[in-house]
Amino acid sequence: MESARASIALGSDPPADKAATAVQTAARASYGRLIALLSARDGDIAASEDALSEAFAQALTHWPRSGVPASPDAWLLTVARNRLRNRFRNDTVKADAMGDLLLRLEERAQASAEIPDQRLALMFVCAHPAIQPELRTPLMLQTILGLDAGRIASAFLIAPAAMGQRLSRAKAKIKAAGIAFAVPDLEALPERLDDVLSAIYAAFGTAWNGVAGADEGHASLAEEAIFLARLVVSLLPDAPEALGLLALMLYAHARRLARFDADGRFIPLKDQDPARWSSAAIIEAEGLLVRASKAGRFGRFQCEAAIQSVHVQAPLTGATNHQAIRTLHEMLLQHRPSIGGFVSYAAALLAMGEGAAAAAVLESLAAEDVASYQPFWVTLCAVRQAGGDTAAADAARARAIGLTEHPAIRAFLLDSAARPPSDQRQA
Amino acid sequence: MQYMLIMTETETEIAKRNDPQHAPAYWSGWNAFVTAMAASGLVVSGNGLQPPHTATTLRVRDGKRIVQDGPFADSKEQLGGYYIIEAPDLDTALDWAARSPAAAAGSVEVRPVMPAPESPPAA
Repeated sequence: MESARASIALGSDPPADKAATAVQTAARASYGRLIALLSARDGDIAASEDALSEAFAQALTHWPRSGVPASPDAWLLTVARNRLRNRFRNDTVKADAMGDLLLRLEERAQASAEIPDQRLALMFVCAHPAIQPELRTPLMLQTILGLDAGRIASAFLIAPAAMGQRLSRAKAKIKAAGIAFAVPDLEALPERLDDVLSAIYAAFGTAWNGVAGADEGHASLAEEAIFLARLVVSLLPDAPEALGLLALMLYAHARRLARFDADGRFIPLKDQDPARWSSAAIIEAEGLLVRASKAGRFGRFQCEAAIQSVHVQAPLTGATNHQAIRTLHEMLLQHRPSIGGFVSYAAALLAMGEGAAAAAVLESLAAEDVASYQPFWVTLCAVRQAGGDTAAADAARARAIGLTEHPAIRAFLLDSAARPPSDQRQA
Repeated sequence: MQYMLIMTETETEIAKRNDPQHAPAYWSGWNAFVTAMAASGLVVSGNGLQPPHTATTLRVRDGKRIVQDGPFADSKEQLGGYYIIEAPDLDTALDWAARSPAAAAGSVEVRPVMPAPESPPAA
């Protein structure tokens, strides 16, 4: 199904017209808010998307003639609700009712109070444990942000038709299974919020590790993930892990321009020019992390953000505080052991000159868990190189190259065969 | 809306029903669960089922009845009972599923009951 946001962008070219611009603005700013409110009533996201699409189409024909209403969102909501109500009626009836309705819309829209924000509830629906984990991120991108299935599909390397089908099935399940449009109670909140935050982070990871830079769509998927995290923070301002996730993504996003040189060649973290990091993003991230720490509750995202914080401080202090990074990694692994966590830990140990300990950490991981995990092979290559085992280093590098998706990173790894080892993990 | 909680149990678990050593604990667990669920006023209907070896499975193929001794699928977990409950949403149904002894020793499938077909209002 084509999203309203996408169809507006195509349908109103050129956007010189004020009314068309107003429709576009409403589509960008209010899409998720309106979908959340419409579908909260009976859980039917697909029908709400159709109704809102039709409301946007109505706005495109109506607003240029009658002027932009005082409250565009309330206008769109009323038209979409009417569409939902009249779903079973035939087109003639619909058209007649619409003509009459539009006359009265303006005054109703004026009178309606501010539209309540149900987007947080909708995010909890999208990331519900009853929804397949790999569909939670696409669902959120489509329902909250209005991205179309085609664009989501290309970000996740799936055929658009297949992605569209999976999304429709997931929406059908949400309605049929009666998943509640509600923010979970306090007892269930931390665990359920973790699912929401993980789904947002997955969108960011897709942008970061994929062919970012080579593809504008991916680059802005990182920004969409940041938008979602900002939304969670604004609706749950005291959730430390939401603050931690936003901080973590901002630290990484701050360095995005420094990751590649003018010719598109990859630059690892330790060789990056800190002047090309976004200081505004880093300052914001630091502030968020301080705010999160006030809750006094340790969490995975806060810890990962803290590791990033230490890394960005290196250019200021002239040296990386390896001991702090090591301690943070150990806390993270104690709290939530993961393959990625162990590999990062090994890289941190290697960076502080403890190659043997780093090798032991890598060797402790099960072969089937790391077989297609690129960062493992990059780190193993560096560890073997440091240990003087060139043959093993070359073999690990070859595995890493075979697992690399990003052309610039592949080129960097191919080049690095001729150079001393470089840690590109933290890039 | 209505949900069916489909309780599946392992062979070991079902065997406890008639094992003097394990039966008291087995039955008191189920009784406590069923009583609590009934007290909540959610239960529409439901029953435990006799063990899988009492089942008879029938198929009609090419107009011929094929009757087979035993349950439809020979799997490690077997249907042990079912309840239909009226719950406001999936999370409430999952909460009750989690309290059932089958959740810890087998599994509980939670399925929405199909609503009566909606007929579109006349235009």
